Amino acid sequence: MSSSSPGKIALFGGIYANHLALEAALADMATRNITGIYCLGDLGAFGPNPDKVYPLLKDHGVKTLAGNYDDSLARDLPDCQCGYTDPRDNHFARLSYQYTYRNTSEENREWLRSLPGEIRFEFAGRRVLLCHGSPRRQNEFLWSSTTPTHFLQKLCKDYAADVIAVTHTGLKWQRELPSNKLFINTGALGRPENDGSRETWYTILGEEGGRITAEFIPVSYDSEALAIEMRAEGLPEEFSETIESGWWTTCLEILPAKERLLGRY
Amino acid sequence: MTRPENGSRQDAPLQQLESLDELWFQAGGTLCNLSCNHCFISCHPGNDNFGFMDLETIRRYLQESQALGVKEYYFTGGEPFLNRDMLQVLEETLAIGPATVLTNGTVFTPSSIKALRAISEQSLYSLELRVSIDGYSPQTNDPIRGEGTFEKALEGVRMLVEAGFLPIITMAQTWPEEENTRVFETFVTTLKETGYQRPRIKILPTLHLGMEAERSRPYSQAERISEEMMEGYDSNQLLCSRSRTVTDRGVAVCPLLIETPGAHLGDSLEDASGPFRLDQGACYTCYVHGAICSNIGGWGVE
Repeated sequence: MSSSSPGKIALFGGIYANHLALEAALADMATRNITGIYCLGDLGAFGPNPDKVYPLLKDHGVKTLAGNYDDSLARDLPDCQCGYTDPRDNHFARLSYQYTYRNTSEENREWLRSLPGEIRFEFAGRRVLLCHGSPRRQNEFLWSSTTPTHFLQKLCKDYAADVIAVTHTGLKWQRELPSNKLFINTGALGRPENDGSRETWYTILGEEGGRITAEFIPVSYDSEALAIEMRAEGLPEEFSETIESGWWTTCLEILPAKERLLGRY
Repeated sequence: MTRPENGSRQDAPLQQLESLDELWFQAGGTLCNLSCNHCFISCHPGNDNFGFMDLETIRRYLQESQALGVKEYYFTGGEPFLNRDMLQVLEETLAIGPATVLTNGTVFTPSSIKALRAISEQSLYSLELRVSIDGYSPQTNDPIRGEGTFEKALEGVRMLVEAGFLPIITMAQTWPEEENTRVFETFVTTLKETGYQRPRIKILPTLHLGMEAERSRPYSQAERISEEMMEGYDSNQLLCSRSRTVTDRGVAVCPLLIETPGAHLGDSLEDASGPFRLDQGACYTCYVHGAICSNIGGWGVE
């Protein structure tokens, strides 16, 4: 084991156009000796004025990979590829996608086209793989209550990784796996996580006693200002309600039983 | 297009098993306390074509499944809760991954609900209960599922909701498509009135097999998948690209085709990991509607 510290790395995904949370998270990272910042995709959706996110990522040198939303925008697809079947979920997903598509500049869509689907690097001698949904599928939901440990072990083996980090579900969780491997879902930076709190989350990867650790960091930001901006943009009231209340109001169909039971709706 | 007598069609596309994500168990065999007139494998109290699966057999496949990276476990029948081993099966399954049971909701007792709740609470993983109800009222459901079944199943839903579950209600679409929204909304109202405030409803297409072939019609020869149809198609939509179904006599390609001779692929999961020729009418339904058997995916009301 190397005697020098590998430093700390920040990971997040699911910005969903929440530029105020992104700004607050980046300011927080600046106080923590972070040596690298990575975004796991889904820059737009849900929030207002999606173009405000791009300069923040570029100015802070955030290494970014593509999520399903980014892929849809980049390829001019008709929907976000979340795969909803519930009529209400589809209604809101469509409103969100159409708004985001309309308000993302061609220049930024061009930038999305340049993003990789995954990022790999070594950290403290371990192979880290970052991707959006799962290593095998950009829009695969990996929820804590529907992802067996043996499945994660197989992913680590099949994709030659010791640490896998994803986002896409909007709910953070992590699980230590046998043989000193680690799986992390970073949750979302752009939307509170259905627990009645307005905070959002990012992740710090560190090293302690030869093991890689993941710490979830809460982000407080001016959520009232975001809700006002969302209303001014004519986004659905249900979306601003989530920002203000911390409870998810839409796109609930995809939640497995245990995760659904933790929410209000 | 001509078709040989035995039903196989050599020009139908072959589908590989890309990864074994879902493992289905025909835990209740074809034995059921109900005799629904749209059942695609004609289950009824006397149909022992497939029997209950015993705990030892299920354990063996659960063991084999882990190295293959199975992500979700599904239990169907017949009626799985007629199988006396079912609670033990669920407890052991939920120790390693998420489980879903497809039930008619009519055989729950206060003690089985209490046991289910305990099993669910002690697991890291989700236990999903899918209750089949095929109409929003006795008048629309009972002609299909049998006299008194609407009230019985709704009572089952009530018991589950009281115990803290959020059952997924599945409805086979036996009404014209243009009525989907009305049926969906009417049933949501009914479920809320009975105390289920966050109803989850999944509408499924009927499968023109078994009893349903007699009730409505069998598949036509035009309802088949061709090679051309697979071009540009996301094969992940087909259940057989990521699933197999274990019965009391070996492993079949999917839960819809357990009675189809060519759909039995082997005794072990490894034996059954070969490709499947998509030459059945049910393959066409899966192609059109996509992953109808899984909890997520399938068909939505627009």
